[in-house]
Amino acid sequence: MHMPMNAPWLKIEGDSVGRTLQEALAKLNGAGGEVLLDFSAVHRIDPSALRAMENLAKSADDKATKVVLRGVNVDIYKVLKLMKLTRRFSFLT
Amino acid sequence: MKENVSSLTEERIAYLEGLLSQARTAAAVFTQYTQEDVDRIVKPMVSAGMEQAQHLACLAIEETKLGVLEDKAIKNMVATEFVYNYVKDKRTVGPIREFPERGLVEVAEPIGVIFSLTPITNPTATVLFKCIMAIKTRNAVVFSPHPKAWRCCYEAARIMLETAVKHGAPEGVFVCVESPTLADNAYLMAHKDVGLIDATGGQGVVKAAYSSGKPALGVGPGNTPVYMEKTADVDMAVVDIITSKTFDNGTICASEQTVVIDDAIYDSALAKFAELGAHICDERETELLGRTVIDPATGFMRPIAVGQKATDIARVVGLSVKPNTKLLIAPIQGVGREHPLSVEKLFPVLAVYRAKSVDEALRVCVDVNHAGGIGHTSVVFSRDEGVIRKFGEVINTGRIIVNSPGSIGAIGGVYNDMVPTLSFGCGTGGGNSTTDNVNVYHYLNIKRLARRTQAPMWFRVPNQIYFNMNAVENLRQFPSRSTIIVTNPVLEHAGHVEIVRRNLPPQTHVHVSVIPEAEPEVNTVMQALEALHFYKADQIIALGGGSVIDAAKIMKLKYESPQADLEELGAPFLDIRKRVVQYPTEKTNRLQLIAIPTTSGTGSEVTPFAVLFDKERGRKVTLADYSLTPDVAIVDPQFVMSMPKVLTADTGIDCLTHAFEAGVSVYASPFTDANAMQAIRLGFKYLPIAYEHPDDEEARTMMHNAACLAALAFSNASVGVNHALAHAFGARFGVAHGRANALMLPHVIAYNASVPTKFMPSPHQRAYVAHKKYATVADLLGLGGHTIEEKVKNLVAATERLLDRLDIPRSIADLGISKETFERAVPDLVKIAFDDPSWRPTNPRMPLLSELAELFWKAYEGRGLVNAARTSEQPTVKDDHAYANECPVA
Repeated sequence: MHMPMNAPWLKIEGDSVGRTLQEALAKLNGAGGEVLLDFSAVHRIDPSALRAMENLAKSADDKATKVVLRGVNVDIYKVLKLMKLTRRFSFLT
Repeated sequence: MKENVSSLTEERIAYLEGLLSQARTAAAVFTQYTQEDVDRIVKPMVSAGMEQAQHLACLAIEETKLGVLEDKAIKNMVATEFVYNYVKDKRTVGPIREFPERGLVEVAEPIGVIFSLTPITNPTATVLFKCIMAIKTRNAVVFSPHPKAWRCCYEAARIMLETAVKHGAPEGVFVCVESPTLADNAYLMAHKDVGLIDATGGQGVVKAAYSSGKPALGVGPGNTPVYMEKTADVDMAVVDIITSKTFDNGTICASEQTVVIDDAIYDSALAKFAELGAHICDERETELLGRTVIDPATGFMRPIAVGQKATDIARVVGLSVKPNTKLLIAPIQGVGREHPLSVEKLFPVLAVYRAKSVDEALRVCVDVNHAGGIGHTSVVFSRDEGVIRKFGEVINTGRIIVNSPGSIGAIGGVYNDMVPTLSFGCGTGGGNSTTDNVNVYHYLNIKRLARRTQAPMWFRVPNQIYFNMNAVENLRQFPSRSTIIVTNPVLEHAGHVEIVRRNLPPQTHVHVSVIPEAEPEVNTVMQALEALHFYKADQIIALGGGSVIDAAKIMKLKYESPQADLEELGAPFLDIRKRVVQYPTEKTNRLQLIAIPTTSGTGSEVTPFAVLFDKERGRKVTLADYSLTPDVAIVDPQFVMSMPKVLTADTGIDCLTHAFEAGVSVYASPFTDANAMQAIRLGFKYLPIAYEHPDDEEARTMMHNAACLAALAFSNASVGVNHALAHAFGARFGVAHGRANALMLPHVIAYNASVPTKFMPSPHQRAYVAHKKYATVADLLGLGGHTIEEKVKNLVAATERLLDRLDIPRSIADLGISKETFERAVPDLVKIAFDDPSWRPTNPRMPLLSELAELFWKAYEGRGLVNAARTSEQPTVKDDHAYANECPVA
């Protein structure tokens, strides 16, 4: 997948997924059409993080911003799939 | 249902959607949890349930006004502690069971969101039970309690949720509908986010669940019949029944409803009931009771009586009973609407029936069972195992409780080793999907990880094989009182029988049985069989070609097992190890079969096959079983030295066809390959010599050995399409088997070497290797070629050259069969070839009917199939290592 050089890049820490996603939400305004979130340090997400991701997806849709998730492990990917969120994001391995 | 849903306000729908959203999120997050995670959560939930058991019982009594506080507290404890005891060591996450010997692993997948309806009779216990099951299986639950029990259920769910979340469960894993309505239930049952409905309650709830179109566990009403048989321990039975029927004032749906008592113990049983606190109603009281507690309009119990004490019910009815009365017992004379008390009564009223016999008692129990209790629970008290078993056969209930209380027995884990539960599956009779005590495994999708397995292979051959010139001398080592030599007139005339006779031990009594026909036919075999009986034979020597040896095999089969039905044994099968028909193992006589072949082709001396000619249907019937394999084979070339040229050619090609087909069979193994390859090598080298120089002893010896080697291969790897085509064609047009094979052989090699339209399913092989194996044969024969395709072409060309050298007609047309005649025959030939067991399941290509027709037409048109790609190459024999790498078989 081609990534523009100026896309904001946020590293999500395992213990602060929700907070970092809020930051990501805030950055959507100036994202220049694309934001990249690095999930490689996240092993599991909880309901609040999941809700934050739902909100993020909704905002991204509203602002026509593309959200790219990188390093999402398959367990989290399955959670997103069950919540029908995978189609709202792009994934980079 | 639609009307109900349409009555929901937007606010109510938003509320329900909110609950579902929480549960759905929790269920998705829960999928990431490990077994250790869930076990860490379940244990404190159980402790919390135990601690709050009495509190929750109080709430339930307060809200529902049903049952007994102490009993409800006990039920809460059973629902937590007993259930935990069952589930604590169970694996419910990831791989849950492994069967290494079968290559199977069962893997748990949570369901997601479970919509759970809980009853008024066991409200909090059911909620506690389902919460523990849900956490153990990583599911979220939306509870919808009975509207008259929702507050206590809500509290039970809240306690479970708080404890679970505190120990790591996802928030929202349990949600509970406040003030639930039928419209709420209808909406939730049909919701796309609900994966399973678990409906514990009355018939209406269960029916609605199953009607929703969603997967559902429905657990409904019962009507427990009890048989107290005359051998029963009356004291124990009475105590058990009172314990069970009065537990929580009879609200457990597995509790006893009608006790059928044998006449011999009826009076003493009732006296015991009375002694222990039961009031035995007289006829008037029974009538009054029935009229009061059962609604005559519906035939069902009135809600006013449910879960009430016996004394309260007596007061309402107007019965005068002692203050400490536990149970009201009403004698009835039958079952049905005219006997109102014969239905389910979730209160301490018990019907009793006096039976004059076991038969009558069982009939009445069946009647009770079918009066609303199918699939649920039944009870039998007896010391007679026969009665217990009979009861178990005739009564259709998921739980048949023996010599124990019904309600507490059905719950499981107390009086027996059944799975502890608060939900009783009632099977199809009860409109349910299971008869089980509902447990954690019903809250899982169990996936099966099935590894590729290989069935054990085999290499089964006669006990002894003797070969080379004068091998017949080995007959001397087989003592026999009475030996029958089966042969044909030509061989007898040629002096072969005399050679055999000379080599038998001197004391052997010998009788010669001559079979006149070329191919064994049923009547011929039966006539020859008479000699075996007459001479009380203990040994049979088959001296002849395939026909004679096949006849001897069938004679042995029928002699040893007269009950063998040849027509049945010849039934088609797909896999010899799994076929329906079994060959007889019980033997009334014993007979040793020694086979001495006089042709070099069929290999019948070592095979487990026998072919009979069915005159009526005009086709061959193949019998196949390793019990048909001769005990001893003597492969002595002196018996083939005088074989006519045509027979040498035809049988030699039969030998090669066996080897080719075994070589590319999907049942081929290194054991069969070794024999097949050697047979092909010997056949290509020595068959032309034996044909052109019949007196060449070496060529005759090698061809005789080749035929035996090929047979050892195909006995264990079977043959293929070539034989199926040849059987059909040969039988229809009276063409010798070897010649029919020859007409098909080049075409079948080309066919099997090309990419199949349909592959033959074969766990034994890791890849399609037929073309590579033909190429290996080409290498072995030194035919040259660089690519596999070239080598296959060279092999086909070499086969055609061999057929030419043997003066074998190269097309069906060359046999003088007109195109019109053949065209008319082809449809039948195709059907017969397809039904022929020869190719199933061993031919590397699964033939389509159209492909069989095409092969027949190619054989009709004949020669010129291919031109050799490189006929001048020097031999390029590969070493064994390269062969193994290229042909990854078995």
